[in-house]
Amino acid sequence: MAQYPRPVQLFRNLNAKIAAIPMIVTAVVIFAGGTIWTVVYSFTNSKLLPRVKWVGLDQYERLWSTSRWLISIENLMIYGVCSLIFSLVIGFMLAALLDQKIRFENTFRSIFLFPFALSFIVTGLVWQWILNPDFGVQSVIRELGWESFSFDPLYNPNIVIYGILIAGLWQGTGLIMCLMLAGLRGIDEDVWKAARVDGIPVWKTYLFIIIPMMRPVFITTLVIIASGIVRVYDLVVAQTSGGPGIASEVPAKYVYDKMFLGQNLAQGFAGSTMMLLSVLIVLIPWAYLEFGGKKRV
Amino acid sequence: MDPVRNRVDGGPSGPRPRRRFSRRNIFIYGTLFVVAVYYLLPLYVMIVTSLKGMPEIRLGNIFSPPVEITFEPWVKAWAEACTGLNCDGLSRGFWNSVRITVPSVFLSIAVASVNGYALANWRFRGADIFFTILIFGAFIPYQVMLYPIVIILREIGLYGTLWGLVLVHTIFGMPILTLLFRNYFTSLPEELFKAARVDGAGFWGIYFRIMLPMSLPIFVVAIILQVTGIWNDFLFGVIYTKPDLYPMTVQLNNIVNSVQGVKEYNVNMAATLLTGLVPLVIYFISGKLFVRGIAAGAVKG
Repeated sequence: MAQYPRPVQLFRNLNAKIAAIPMIVTAVVIFAGGTIWTVVYSFTNSKLLPRVKWVGLDQYERLWSTSRWLISIENLMIYGVCSLIFSLVIGFMLAALLDQKIRFENTFRSIFLFPFALSFIVTGLVWQWILNPDFGVQSVIRELGWESFSFDPLYNPNIVIYGILIAGLWQGTGLIMCLMLAGLRGIDEDVWKAARVDGIPVWKTYLFIIIPMMRPVFITTLVIIASGIVRVYDLVVAQTSGGPGIASEVPAKYVYDKMFLGQNLAQGFAGSTMMLLSVLIVLIPWAYLEFGGKKRV
Repeated sequence: MDPVRNRVDGGPSGPRPRRRFSRRNIFIYGTLFVVAVYYLLPLYVMIVTSLKGMPEIRLGNIFSPPVEITFEPWVKAWAEACTGLNCDGLSRGFWNSVRITVPSVFLSIAVASVNGYALANWRFRGADIFFTILIFGAFIPYQVMLYPIVIILREIGLYGTLWGLVLVHTIFGMPILTLLFRNYFTSLPEELFKAARVDGAGFWGIYFRIMLPMSLPIFVVAIILQVTGIWNDFLFGVIYTKPDLYPMTVQLNNIVNSVQGVKEYNVNMAATLLTGLVPLVIYFISGKLFVRGIAAGAVKG
């Protein structure tokens, strides 16, 4: 709509303002207010109920000296980096394969995407069953004759996070593939023709022409994956409940346990503030690039 | 392309001849086929396991098809499986989920569509600030907002009730849905809106008589997005409701991961499949609309 100066009146355009009340309340009270509240209360020593008794950075010191939190962070790092790399690579390669004007494209796409419709709980439980060492993949391969074969990620503290990664990738790669496919379809056909005329091999075209052209798609995908990774919770609860021991704990679970089971609210607040911080590290540069740049143009 | 013109120009016509079993094709289809098998395997294992009896599971491997098909695990998962002291199966969770999902979907879409409409066609000062906060909120980890919401719900007396959870779903559905509707309404021709205003229609008149009937596809997309999203939710269900009201996902997790008793893998898989059935059916029926929903949600959001 055309922008023209309007008299500043509270009751102008009243219906629209009434309609926007839910949004305003949500944005201000829940999103902004709730976040600030949690951050502020992470500097108190609230236990069962929130109360204002300032303890400075004590909660954070305790947080970073708790082995369970450190393991959670380490797991999140491994899970995050692996799932970022694998889902981008696999997602892109599947999208590139589907983009070859093949038959049954819709069938293949439906198959790759269907796990995304399932909840993390369902995903976690299925993979818990498949990775069950007594009945699942390990026992099947042992039955085939390879007696010493060992693959029991859910019972081995050293590799349990990779067991969760397998399930997470199964659930989420389809989405990345779809985004990548949309990106590939958005690229002008003439680019391909030009590359073919110049005799550039297909893989080189992808690597040096198509992927750089798809930079915005990659960045958006990256932000989506990253904000999803920090939230990983249901999957771990369903697949391992954090076990064996505390080997597959993640920050979201730490926060939940402290807040709702451990009656140690401020610890939970401190943990969630750290989660917020890690998201902001990704989010702010992105928002700056995405929106800050546009305004200047 | 006009075929006549093509012939006149002497350009190529008809399908390009291509060898069916070229090396390239074998590679592409081979890879896709293998990956497809990998993706379908868990679904297959779920179905197969849920149709076997326990003795067969103990003896055989998880990939072999059932020798004797039995639907007993399904019946048991639906009507008899235990969580804690309750032994009325997943059916309770299913109906809880229905009672949560239906009002949540309705409310969240009603609120977000009116909201998006106000943002698209009735911009007022400051609207963009709130909208930006809202979109930022979509990326903030839920964990930061969990406890303040507990306090708010407790203050208004909805903590632990079904309507409290409905409210929470409405709140967290708002960023993505508002964005979806705002973008859609912005893309509609503005002349329609102006013509309606000239004819004297007001805010709600234009919404109900023009915008709503014109944007049914986007409403379907929003419904798909919300039904699957809310049905699959676990975190909010476990925090904001009581055990009697637990949605299906929470109950499923309690059934399968309960420590007591002998593990009945076939019942577990039947229960898992039952929980996944609703979103799966929606997914396979809606097809392209589902893709559109997640693309619209993801690319912009």
